[in-house]
Amino acid sequence: MNRFTDLKGEAVPESHPTLVVHGLVKHFGPVIALARAELEVRPGEIHALVGENGAGKSTLVKLLAGVYQPTAGEMILDRQPFEPRTPADARDAGIAVIYQEPTLFPDLSVAENVFMGRLLTGRGGLVSRRAMRDRTRELLATLGVEIDPDRPALGLSIADQQLVEIVKAVSLDAKLLVMDEPTAALSGVEVDRLFAVARQLRDRGAAVVFISHRFDEIFALCDRITVMRDGEHVSTQDTAATDVGTIVKQMVGRSVDTMFPHTDRTPGDVVLEVEGLTRAGTFDGIDLHVRAGEILGIAGLVGSGRSEVVRAVFGIDPYDSGSVRIDGRVLHAGDPEAAMRRGLALVPEDRRKQGLHTDLSVARNIALTLRRRLSRGGILTSSAEYGVAHEWAAILQVKARDLDTVAGTLSGGNQQKVVLAKWLSTRPRVLIIDEPTRGIDVGTKAEVHRLLDRLADEGVAVVMISSELPEVLGMSDRVLVMHEGRVTAVLDRADADAETVMAAATGSSGVVA
Amino acid sequence: MTVDQVRTVPAAPTTQARLRKLLLGRDAAIIGLFLVVVLVASFSVDNFSTSTTWYFLFLDVFPILLIALPMTLIIIAAQIDLSVASMLGLSSVLVGALYEQGWSLGAAALAALVVGALGGALNGFLVTVVGLPSLAVTIGTLALFRGLAVGILGTRAVTGFPSGAQDLVSARFAGTGIPVVMAVFVVAALGFGVVLHATATGRLVYAAGLNAEAARFAGGRVNRLTFWLFVASGVMSALAGVYWTLRYGSARGDNAVGLELSVVAAVLVGGVSIFGGRGALPGVIAGVLLIGALRSALRLADVSSDVINVVTGVLLIATVVGPGLVARARGATRRPGTRSSVGAVD
Amino acid sequence: MIGRLLRRRETSIALALVLVIVVATAKNDSFLLSTDGFRDLLLAPSLLVLLAVGQAAVIITRNVDLSVSSTLGLVAFATGSMFVAGLPVPVVIVLGIGLGAVLGAVNGVLVTSARVPSLVITLGTLYAFRGITVIWAGSDRINAGDMPRSFLALGTARWGGIPVLAIVALLVVVGVGVYLGYARSGREFYAIGSEPDAALLSGLSVGRRVFFAFVLSGTLAGLAGVLFAARYATIASNAGTGLELQAVAAAVIGGVAIFGGSGTVAGAALGAILLATIDRALPILGIPDFWQQAVVGVLIIGAIVLDRVLALRTARRLRSTGVAEIVRPLPPERVIAS
Repeated sequence: MNRFTDLKGEAVPESHPTLVVHGLVKHFGPVIALARAELEVRPGEIHALVGENGAGKSTLVKLLAGVYQPTAGEMILDRQPFEPRTPADARDAGIAVIYQEPTLFPDLSVAENVFMGRLLTGRGGLVSRRAMRDRTRELLATLGVEIDPDRPALGLSIADQQLVEIVKAVSLDAKLLVMDEPTAALSGVEVDRLFAVARQLRDRGAAVVFISHRFDEIFALCDRITVMRDGEHVSTQDTAATDVGTIVKQMVGRSVDTMFPHTDRTPGDVVLEVEGLTRAGTFDGIDLHVRAGEILGIAGLVGSGRSEVVRAVFGIDPYDSGSVRIDGRVLHAGDPEAAMRRGLALVPEDRRKQGLHTDLSVARNIALTLRRRLSRGGILTSSAEYGVAHEWAAILQVKARDLDTVAGTLSGGNQQKVVLAKWLSTRPRVLIIDEPTRGIDVGTKAEVHRLLDRLADEGVAVVMISSELPEVLGMSDRVLVMHEGRVTAVLDRADADAETVMAAATGSSGVVA
Repeated sequence: MTVDQVRTVPAAPTTQARLRKLLLGRDAAIIGLFLVVVLVASFSVDNFSTSTTWYFLFLDVFPILLIALPMTLIIIAAQIDLSVASMLGLSSVLVGALYEQGWSLGAAALAALVVGALGGALNGFLVTVVGLPSLAVTIGTLALFRGLAVGILGTRAVTGFPSGAQDLVSARFAGTGIPVVMAVFVVAALGFGVVLHATATGRLVYAAGLNAEAARFAGGRVNRLTFWLFVASGVMSALAGVYWTLRYGSARGDNAVGLELSVVAAVLVGGVSIFGGRGALPGVIAGVLLIGALRSALRLADVSSDVINVVTGVLLIATVVGPGLVARARGATRRPGTRSSVGAVD
Repeated sequence: MIGRLLRRRETSIALALVLVIVVATAKNDSFLLSTDGFRDLLLAPSLLVLLAVGQAAVIITRNVDLSVSSTLGLVAFATGSMFVAGLPVPVVIVLGIGLGAVLGAVNGVLVTSARVPSLVITLGTLYAFRGITVIWAGSDRINAGDMPRSFLALGTARWGGIPVLAIVALLVVVGVGVYLGYARSGREFYAIGSEPDAALLSGLSVGRRVFFAFVLSGTLAGLAGVLFAARYATIASNAGTGLELQAVAAAVIGGVAIFGGSGTVAGAALGAILLATIDRALPILGIPDFWQQAVVGVLIIGAIVLDRVLALRTARRLRSTGVAEIVRPLPPERVIAS
């Protein structure tokens, strides 16, 4: 790989790059999503694209995929000008894209999902279900996945959905494969499988663009790295010739303390206590407790039931048996409003779908959880909402033009701050936070970590779910690990290391005492 | 991105900015359009600016006004109730049938309102407890309630209601063209308006309409809210049914067939988004009155009253389609699918 | 295999249909066993079947076409008027169907270009098309005497003992059914209705398919309008009023999910036949036919409740097999007829 030269334009004798992006610009009305993107991807290369949220990575992907059309600049695919008007154009030109969120059709079969847009036909030009089923089965087999090609996509786990996406991309036999944070919902085995596929494609001569926030993955997989910041190209370098610190510095434009803040503290009384919580087929006999001034980390693979447990605790989902107590008093199931009154807060996993009203203003979002408390004589005024929103926007340093700014137009990090403001403004005694830093930039990440540590110092009981092992290990006073709906380990900070946690999370025998 | 470059703490917008937003908003536009129609009609149509014209205009749109109040909240909450006109018909038939059986008019009307509440509760139950889409549910109850109404009276009509009651609904405030029943509407409109725009419940209506899941995560009892919205809709529809019976002096199974579409049309013309989460009551009221004013102006101008159907349809499409087309004509590239992940700018 | 067949909505609707026919025939054997009875059994639902098939195609794309009854009315009146103007039968038929297609295209253009829900658009054109008919017709009627006898014969003609109208309806069901089930572009209807965003990302021509769905619905409503003229021979400006909800009801009862993505044309057609047959059976069962609409209401609600219960059961089954399921959000959280 390293025979190739850099962007500066020296001749590349072996072959021409598969894709060249030059001076690409994209405006959405007044918003500049992409200021000047540069990218060069060669055949037989896995190329990482990194940057903070808002750096323009996903916009670039959607330009490549033909979802958007650029405002200015050029894309060159295989030495031909490339101007896709639609996703179909991009696909026909040999580009396959795996999006951050799966884009399946729940009502259609897995096989039809794989081939939608170019369904295989048989006799008389009619769609041949058998041909698609057979081909899908083959493709799934090469991935080592067992999914029935005839079953509907409805009901597939997120990981399985992502695998179907991968099969779809592979079946295209594309010359350029773009993966936009494909691992966000995957863990362990599935990530390995995905990497194997990516390497296979590379070895066949395809060009692969890989977007991720996980540096371990990038350094394990990619040949070169392109860094973007504020919609502009910052650098392109060989992976072998750089390190995480350099990349992070380039991403944020300053150096960031990657250490997790952790203050030694003595936890107080147990505030939240869960006993034998069970929901058939989802989680089974969950016991957990958390004390005031303590951070309890919950680790586990996606699908282990982590999020489902806290959803049930908070009252979003029902449960079949077991109990939830706050300060020793039972909290009744299925009533988030009651949970909030008792001092519980849940910052949900999916920011755009659960945490935020993307079409509402910053003020309305922050004040939504307080709408009853802010009412006087049943009347709720805008000025009361602005007051509390202003206070919390200041504390969390939300960056927005004004409080009427629509929350959905903010960057991921700022959106997460709005969600945090929304929940912290209720002054919770127990803060449950699911994936506190998913999809947000490095700078905001550190801010969130400091904030959680400070909250624990102030005596809040914090329950933190995270898929990022370093985050769990770095932040938690105790770590609880789940596997297939059960608690497989509870570890003190001193005993919790990556191997032990991963073993418990994957259900490996002999590790859990 | 541009937004993020602002480095100060975001503050509440200035009064000026809020005023500007209000004046450039959808509500102001539809109220303005209503006033323009009134003005133009006053000058160009003989007899339009008389109190009699307004009197009949109000009497005619009164049922639509009543039902549009809960309908506004329901559509903002991203639901829909297509069964309202059938409930109106059922209520009317009940008033007639019970009166015929010797009940007092008051008791019959009260029974009709109770049935309205029960019918709304049935819709609410199917939507919230069983978890069915309200569009499908209320198409079903549209048929069911109308079927009950037609089944009970067949093609008969009950008439001969006490003239005192009939006079009451058509009475007007002395010296004006304003019917006394408008007082009922004003009270109801204030009630619904305050709930929607100045209470915690109102905030939840919008939140539920934009994203019900996030509203639940924020502690909103979305199902309970939805249930009561449908009950309110049932009661207001039944109330409109009582009015209809007395105003036209006739209880029939086919009273107000198709009125649900007029109500929905008026609410949408009034600036409420069919996707939920957007819209306000003043605009809706202006929307209902706009259609009513057009109708009576056309009638006075001796245009066949049938034209009004075309006008309503075109107005509906124009007011809903118009803004999007204008935006596109201006060349503002709107992000496709802003409500979905497809349009998310990372 | 048999279990799967039994679980299908088409099967349960067909069974319900047989039940209604058996009960009505037991009560009065002329319901089925007389020549007229048999003919009416096939004839009565024919027009509704056409509308329901078009409606199913539209609903599968997560849209709805409320304007079909007005399209039918306008085309029926136009058909009569063209005969009054002296045009020959084949020309009138073609022009009538063509007018339906044009009206459907109007809906299609508005829906796809304005990004406004079809519920709103077709509510508007429901008014507008009907208004045009009313303005055009006034209080005029087209009567049997205005139309050639050869055309009117279509309405009652039989071919091998089967009414021609029923044969037309059957051909339409088979044709559209094969298209939606086995043509590439037909399958894309389901994809679009199942997940519109994903359809765009998969490179489907969403706009073109949705446009075509409306043209199809308009065309079939036009065909129904022409046949309405032939069958009823008297056409006033209110012809077909209210049929739009019956068409939607037929599709929903027949298992077409109101939010798109699933259901079949055959199911919708069976739904239409069931509705029309119940309509005829009620008087025989001693129930005044005023109650027909109430029965329709109960059927619609029953059908969607059944769907929901089955879906919940499937979700529970998937969960109990240990698969971390992603159940669809509850319908109330989904956008109305977007």
